[in-house]
Amino acid sequence: MSAARPWTRDRVERGIFGVLRWVVIALALLASLVPFYYMLMLSVRPIEDLLMRPDSLLPDFRTLTWATYEEVLSPVTDGGQGFLSLLGNSAIVATASVLVALVVAIPGAYAVSRLEFFGRRKVSALLLMVYLFPAIVTAIPLFVLLTKLQLRGSLAGLVLVYIAQTVPVAIYMLRNYFETIPESVEEAGMVDGLTRLGVIRRISLPLAVPSIVATGIFVFMIAWNEFLFALLFLVERRDRWTVSLGLAQLSGTVEIPTTVLMAGSVVITVPIVVLFFLTERLLSEGLTSGADKG
Amino acid sequence: MTPTLVIVAAVVLVPLAWSVLIAFQRVRLIGIGRTGLFENLTVANFARVFGSNTLWDTLLTTVVYTAGSTFLALVLGVSVALALRKPFFGRGFVRAAMLIPYVAPIVAVTFVWKVLLNPEFGIVNSWGRRLFGWDDPVAFLSQARGEISLFGLDIPVPTALLTVIVFEGWRYFPFVFLFVLARLQAIPGELEEAATIDGATPSQRFRHVVLPQLMPILAVLVVLRTIWTFNEFDDIFLLTGGAAGTEVVSIRVYELLTVQRNVGAAAAQSVFLAGVLVVLLAFYMWLLRRRNGGGRT
Repeated sequence: MSAARPWTRDRVERGIFGVLRWVVIALALLASLVPFYYMLMLSVRPIEDLLMRPDSLLPDFRTLTWATYEEVLSPVTDGGQGFLSLLGNSAIVATASVLVALVVAIPGAYAVSRLEFFGRRKVSALLLMVYLFPAIVTAIPLFVLLTKLQLRGSLAGLVLVYIAQTVPVAIYMLRNYFETIPESVEEAGMVDGLTRLGVIRRISLPLAVPSIVATGIFVFMIAWNEFLFALLFLVERRDRWTVSLGLAQLSGTVEIPTTVLMAGSVVITVPIVVLFFLTERLLSEGLTSGADKG
Repeated sequence: MTPTLVIVAAVVLVPLAWSVLIAFQRVRLIGIGRTGLFENLTVANFARVFGSNTLWDTLLTTVVYTAGSTFLALVLGVSVALALRKPFFGRGFVRAAMLIPYVAPIVAVTFVWKVLLNPEFGIVNSWGRRLFGWDDPVAFLSQARGEISLFGLDIPVPTALLTVIVFEGWRYFPFVFLFVLARLQAIPGELEEAATIDGATPSQRFRHVVLPQLMPILAVLVVLRTIWTFNEFDDIFLLTGGAAGTEVVSIRVYELLTVQRNVGAAAAQSVFLAGVLVVLLAFYMWLLRRRNGGGRT
């Protein structure tokens, strides 16, 4: 561009927004990442170091320690915080929720995308209605129900709740994908002598594997991160706490050093962030498909 | 029979109807297993909810918290989406990194925020004192009322409430960002090229070309964020426990259920929460319809 051009509004704006864009990107990146960096950094420092130098952005490399991780993971009987067994509980609950939710949601989603039935058009609105009601409202009848079934305080009860909470969104995500598989592919299979079930098993499901994986991971993340129901149903049973509940309960106590609990936070966060980065594209597309149509 | 309807019924309608029923029962936590479906019917729970002198304060807090958080998440989300609109080296990574606050476990992120903002050893306070010369550490999460000195005026601010609003903005801007970016990338380039040729500046193009295209998705996001923030429990419970002027309705439900062990009153309070939400949404829909003259944007 020639320097002789006058300072038009257009040029000024281009200049300002050109710079502002990078400022926004930089600030947003800092805001998103700094808390997690802080989490990691505190988790490898001895508590004394934190209290002495609360403003440092770098740990003192001479005092770097893994003892925080040892303490948070080792069993309570060995003087630790028992997070390893809590991680086990969370893994059991989340995996069971994923498996059952998929077993229920795959046929459900297929039916919604392929079979004609009354009310099919309104299904996605209905599915999303589930998420409009406060969890705390549904929590109370569930609380009563699980008490009556004597499942309160058990991991199985919690899995039941998570399935109920995740099946609708799982159906929603899977349905979007099934609808992108052309019916002609399935019809070709029928012509070749496959039954409807054969078509599903040999054609539709294999094609849908990526989206089934994405949906499963989404359900896993919801179950792993969930807090309210775990708090309501499991709080009295320390041996059955999920890892989220464990961190929340222990962070209220004064005796455990903050750096040890930071190590606990890292331990819960890492699996989720890793899973998320592995499947980010699949997940974002699964969630926002439809949004780009306006 | 349609499978989806069965699921919706099981997951939404039955618990909702049951909540309403419990709201009209005299049920304490201790007798919960023995109370029949239609036993001990009473309106005492609602009398108690409406007779409570903190009800309207709680509701006001909830509304301020919801409006503030939704607005902040929307503004941040749209700004970041606009900044990431044009491709650049590393955009994929930046995009994924921005979503981390939203996907990370709520318990872990609230804990980090609590430590970041801790008055004794939190980094925000130690830097605030060093860089901005704060005299005393700010108790961001436990101070109900603080004062900001601006041009010699002391302006009272609800510190803890503002802090949880900022937290919500931080945690949920990625959600807005994700949807707005998807929509932005689907806007055909010709529209803006034509506007450029006609001499529209970047801000004019945003105002008259891009924004109208975003309005439908923004309207949906406002509704979703409003609903979810209105019902939010975890974030405030974990950050402040509902203390220091941050007691929202869902925290009150939790307290009735676990501290006072009054299941009926908790249900009545939660039905009240859902009721207010329905009224607010109906009002919003009415506003939208009126603005669009009955048509779609």
